[in-house]
Amino acid sequence: MSWLDTAITAGIWALEVLAIAIPVALSVAYITYAERRVIGWMQIRKGCNRVGWAGLLQPIADGLKLFLKETIIPTTANKFLFVAAPVMSLLPVLVAFAVVPFGETTLGGLWKVAHVMAISNLNIGVLYVMAISSLGIYGILMAGWASNSKYAFLGAIRATCQMVSYEIAMGFAIVCVLMLAGSLNLAEIVRAQSGGFWHWYFIPLFPVFLVYFISGVAETNRSPFDLTEGESEIVAGFFVEYSGMWFATFSLAEYGAMILISLITSIMFLGGWHAPFPFLDVIPGTVWLLGKTAFLIFMFIWFRATFPRYRYDQLMRLGWKVFLPVTLAWIAVIGISIYTPVLSDIIGFWRPGST
Amino acid sequence: MMSIIKRAVKTWLLMELFRGLMLTGKYLFKKKITVEYPEERTPLSPRFRGLHALRRYASGEERCIACKLCEVVCPALAITIESEERDDGTRRTTRYDIDMTKCIYCGFCQEACPVDAIVETQVFEFASETRAELYYTKDMLLKVGERYESEIAANIAADERYR
Repeated sequence: MSWLDTAITAGIWALEVLAIAIPVALSVAYITYAERRVIGWMQIRKGCNRVGWAGLLQPIADGLKLFLKETIIPTTANKFLFVAAPVMSLLPVLVAFAVVPFGETTLGGLWKVAHVMAISNLNIGVLYVMAISSLGIYGILMAGWASNSKYAFLGAIRATCQMVSYEIAMGFAIVCVLMLAGSLNLAEIVRAQSGGFWHWYFIPLFPVFLVYFISGVAETNRSPFDLTEGESEIVAGFFVEYSGMWFATFSLAEYGAMILISLITSIMFLGGWHAPFPFLDVIPGTVWLLGKTAFLIFMFIWFRATFPRYRYDQLMRLGWKVFLPVTLAWIAVIGISIYTPVLSDIIGFWRPGST
Repeated sequence: MMSIIKRAVKTWLLMELFRGLMLTGKYLFKKKITVEYPEERTPLSPRFRGLHALRRYASGEERCIACKLCEVVCPALAITIESEERDDGTRRTTRYDIDMTKCIYCGFCQEACPVDAIVETQVFEFASETRAELYYTKDMLLKVGERYESEIAANIAADERYR
């Protein structure tokens, strides 16, 4: 392999990374816009409609403002950790997108076999996503601790407890999916759900699907689980001391994590890039995947407009005493079904290669 | 027993959460009540208490007789009045200042005024870039009165039957 090959490979990788990172950054900007509009509508307001046509330039203006603002670093803060924390919370989110399969393509018939559209089609993709997204806690913990402020510290403590608790329920929810799909590869999980919406995993795993998505809401610290921000009690939680671009980095991470959770949920429970009915396959799979993701992001926003914030003990109770037993019970149900004669035929419908 | 089962079903099917979602979902499509301010405005009451004005009679004579009732009643101490006898023997103000940064727009001054000289207009867009510009002197108040006299008279007439 000559240096030219290496350069070309690196160039293609760079293009792939840009092809994901730039749309992610843009959609983060426009999710903030969508959130303001939708929550406005739900409160019978009009929402932001001033900057540009229907307010479409609002996120650009917001970004510009935040970019030009001064970043204040408190004198008592640990400078290095304070600056490193936002990067530390954004980085895992962006890195996790590397294994997300956005669809299958033959490049208009150029390739004989359909290739998976992912930067890296890892065989342990699910584990990778779990591992990387758990790292996001460190950014929040570092931010809260390095700020040397009591509100930030309390927010960081809450965030850590919450994310650790809900991670477990999420992990067990994923186990159920793995038991049906028989693979840790995200693309394989999607392929196992091919056929139509009755093959998708949200049907046999409905409670687990709910638990996974709600845990995802908790994991991204979104309302009604936004105790880490808790503006009525601890001002803004872990990022109370941040301003300007570093503050924007935190919201970038939060909304990026929202997109990631929605993508992973649609891949694992809602059939990924498959159309709900086989005859709708003419529409490209990526459109279906992004549509499902957009719907789940809308759910995030809908939840925020509807539900009041959890009390802290209720939050912990929900995580440990409800979600954890439910997922464990469903693992048992699926496991027993697989090995029981009559039930295995039913559950076998969703398991590729079992019939 | 039935009630326990009912409650369990309600809890585990997340009934109340879905009802909440349906409610906000319904509001998503309702008509929006936003008033887009600079272009659209809400109607103002004739009793609206905005910028102050000093009025004149139709003859051009100023109404204020320097009784200082407004100065006394003003809870924010925003009004400053100095007076002396004019050549024709009537008592008139030489100074009538209202500090708009102190004023709380309670309307006591216009209620106290026996000759309807000091009134509050429906003007509320008199923001300025310096605090000094919000210190209204007698000349400025008289000018406001001249400018909005027709509106002021109409509002007082509209409110007459409730007095």
